[in-house]
Amino acid sequence: MISICVKLFAMAKDLAGTGETKLSLPEGAYASNVLDHFLKVNPKFSTWKDHLRVAVNSEYVDLHHPLHDGDEVAIIPPVSGG
Amino acid sequence: MLKIVRTPIDLDEVLRSVKSPEAGAIDIFIGTTRNHSNGKEVLSLEYEVYEPMALKLMEAIVAEAHRRWTINRIAIVHRVGKVEIGEASVIVGVSAPHRREAFEACRYAIDALKKDVPIWKKEFFADGEIWVGSQSDILGHP
Repeated sequence: MISICVKLFAMAKDLAGTGETKLSLPEGAYASNVLDHFLKVNPKFSTWKDHLRVAVNSEYVDLHHPLHDGDEVAIIPPVSGG
Repeated sequence: MLKIVRTPIDLDEVLRSVKSPEAGAIDIFIGTTRNHSNGKEVLSLEYEVYEPMALKLMEAIVAEAHRRWTINRIAIVHRVGKVEIGEASVIVGVSAPHRREAFEACRYAIDALKKDVPIWKKEFFADGEIWVGSQSDILGHP
């Protein structure tokens, strides 16, 4: 198993009910598995799934990005700075 | 100068940070908070940031602006937390030997920031609140 830290922001934080959580995933897990986890936590995530981006250690990645022990994974809803 | 601040942005500080004897032009963009959104009155706004990633992406924007245009200095300051209506939420400053590069690099920097930098705006109305960009009408879901 690997242990990762997940950060959630804005709409994703509201849906998950938390801004930060630790998650244990099997070795060989992908970024998509983190999204899958939150779909189970709150089915409403499915509405936004296509609009969420994932960042690993502060870099945007695609959903096939492999995760490693100690990674910081962020769930990034549509940004609206400026 | 690259900064995320939680108090009003100091325009003079931005200006001082981009001033250069090499420059023939300084372009300043100020993004301010609107009192209306989709026909509804906005009472106040709040910004949230994923700060380490935001600063990293802002550094990348600065590097790309220097790569694309002949500019002297560039500053990006974004305010987060509660921001009152009509206040500056972001200021971008660019100095360059000539105005065309200053205008273009400044526009690139604010456009790139709005597209990718992990900052979120929440608008508060009399009857509720929304995260801008995550409204169901924009995303096309019920």
